[in-house]
Amino acid sequence: MSGLPLVAVVGNPNAGKSALFNMLTGARQRVGNYPGVTVERKAGRFALADGRPVELVDLPGAYSLDPSSPDEAVTRDVVQGTQTGERRPDALLIVLDATNLDNHLRFALQLIDLGLPTAVALNMVDLAERDGLTVDRAKLEAELGVPVVETVAVRRRGLDPVREALTDLLDGARPRPAKREATATGDDLVQLQRRARAIARAAVAEEGSTARRLSHVLDRVLLHPLAGPLILIAVMFTMFQGVFAWSEAPVGWLEGLVGFAQDAVRGAVGEGFLRSLLVDGVLAGVGSVVVFLPQILILFLFILLLEGSGYMVRAAFIMDKLMARAGLSGRAFIPLLSSFACAVPGIMATRTIEEPRDRLTTILVAPLMTCSARLPVYAVVIGAFIPAREVGPGVGLQGLVLFGLYVAGVVGAFLAAVALRGTLLRGGSQGFMMEMPKYQLPHWRDVALGLWQRAAIFLKRAGTIILVSTVVLWALLSFPQPKPGESALDASIAGKAAKGIEVLVRPIGFNREIALALIPAMAAREVAVAALATAYSIQDSADGAEPSEESMIDNLRGRWSLPTALAFLMWFVFAPQCISTVAVARRETNGWKWPAFMLGYLFGLAYLMAGLTYWGATALGL
Amino acid sequence: MRLDQLPLRSRATVSAIDWAHLGEADARRLRNLGFDEGVEVQALHHGPVGRDPMAVRLGNRMTVAIRRAHARAVSLAVEEVASAA
Repeated sequence: MSGLPLVAVVGNPNAGKSALFNMLTGARQRVGNYPGVTVERKAGRFALADGRPVELVDLPGAYSLDPSSPDEAVTRDVVQGTQTGERRPDALLIVLDATNLDNHLRFALQLIDLGLPTAVALNMVDLAERDGLTVDRAKLEAELGVPVVETVAVRRRGLDPVREALTDLLDGARPRPAKREATATGDDLVQLQRRARAIARAAVAEEGSTARRLSHVLDRVLLHPLAGPLILIAVMFTMFQGVFAWSEAPVGWLEGLVGFAQDAVRGAVGEGFLRSLLVDGVLAGVGSVVVFLPQILILFLFILLLEGSGYMVRAAFIMDKLMARAGLSGRAFIPLLSSFACAVPGIMATRTIEEPRDRLTTILVAPLMTCSARLPVYAVVIGAFIPAREVGPGVGLQGLVLFGLYVAGVVGAFLAAVALRGTLLRGGSQGFMMEMPKYQLPHWRDVALGLWQRAAIFLKRAGTIILVSTVVLWALLSFPQPKPGESALDASIAGKAAKGIEVLVRPIGFNREIALALIPAMAAREVAVAALATAYSIQDSADGAEPSEESMIDNLRGRWSLPTALAFLMWFVFAPQCISTVAVARRETNGWKWPAFMLGYLFGLAYLMAGLTYWGATALGL
Repeated sequence: MRLDQLPLRSRATVSAIDWAHLGEADARRLRNLGFDEGVEVQALHHGPVGRDPMAVRLGNRMTVAIRRAHARAVSLAVEEVASAA
């Protein structure tokens, strides 16, 4: 960006760094990547006391300048001024967890020793109070030699003192801390650690308090050998039931809105090319994807809450041994769980896994976690073929089938991981070693901002990739115009291409419309629904009827057999990669070899599983 | 006694860490999390399967998850065994 002064926000993971960054910059953040590496760069603007703008950058959380992951390496390189694509920060804002100074001060000392103008935000002072800790701010300031301000980022406390401190720093009103050369060898680190503990002991007064056991008490229940896993299953189950049940009303509203827009266009535009493009191409295509925004947001809401509350790491703890059976570490649980939302951030989150084989295995199985883009496909097909009745108190059959599809993906991923670790990616395992953060109530503002960023990404996809591919598909489906007596679909370019694919997928129960939908589903999975909507909408028009007013669901019910529908669901559990997933896998593995392998094995698996489902269901007479 | 043998809720002090046994990457990570000779530890929780991994309180404040295989490299001087208390 421009020549604005740059302030880097830096600190340990779990110190509340992102919440502080959100508090300082507000909702307008730019999320990008550092060039050449897949580490997220989050930047925003902040106004100093006199209104001058500065650029704030949120660096990945780290424990020291001796990095154990690519994320930590970026943090080191930025603060040392050697990161390409980033100028050296003019000042550092270190975020310290007031409840954990003994362990977090070491990194702060390393940072202060760099000699940049530095201020410290002593964050989560409210939790420190809750824990019966009193941190002597003035003493800490004297020991560290840099200004220290108290903050409670999730409650937006301490904004003005931070502003004043940063203004002073950038005005050069305070002397810089002394620069010390660090070698970051083991011995140095131990010395630093001891210095950190000595400072922490001097600055923190501790009183006995029972309240500080809150995280402890929660852990006794949530990490209980029996109750813990049961609670985890219950949380996961609630999440997936919630995705279905709570989204019903808003989905209805959005559907109504799309229908209203289609009617409006029909009223305003005369019969012909433009009307067909707008109604059957743009609105039918994009509309049928956008209506799934509520479900995607509900899923992300759960993931953000689990992350923000500290439960996500407990889930990793409970799952670690099972993950180890699959040759993975508990650390893989978080990337894999994120892959339920989208495999792209999930695969990017594998950066925290150090062991290369561990990481590669996680990347290769991540697409088997049912991503939110597949939800539209599942929702339509389940809605059409699975009756909406209760099979138990509060347990709907539709939700149960959805849960089953997720389970199928997880089991598939587990088996694939075992197979990969036993053959191609044998050997070398990294442990599971991570900090377990305190429990805390995430602030609605941070959750809302996270949701907004996801919604924006989804809508941007709907507005670009999905819009373009549905319009292209509409064109492929509409041209050339059919001769009399020929159906529009048979005459079209796409219809002819789909004929070739149909030959391949007929044995597993797929018809031509499905073959057709599989083409654009490569761009983004959720487009499969849009493609089916477009294909059926055009067929209806050609049959002489007015473009179908009935929903997608009724349409499918009349056209597919149950075995076909089940095979289609199974196909989507295992197969279609979206282009973005392949692209990110290429970037993360530095080549085409592994993405190509991933495509091959997943398509093979999908064909097999869809086939088995179709043949099985047909044999059972479903 | 080694860290993987420390009974739940018992406290001990780290007397030695076999860094070489851990390998470079794991040793760096363990050190970064704050493991060091002289630090007090307490075993808090075990994983549901095979009592692995374990959650260990480090010093007074921080809880760290660690697999038994790694905990084996940490030798302890026991202060207080919970069952005796």
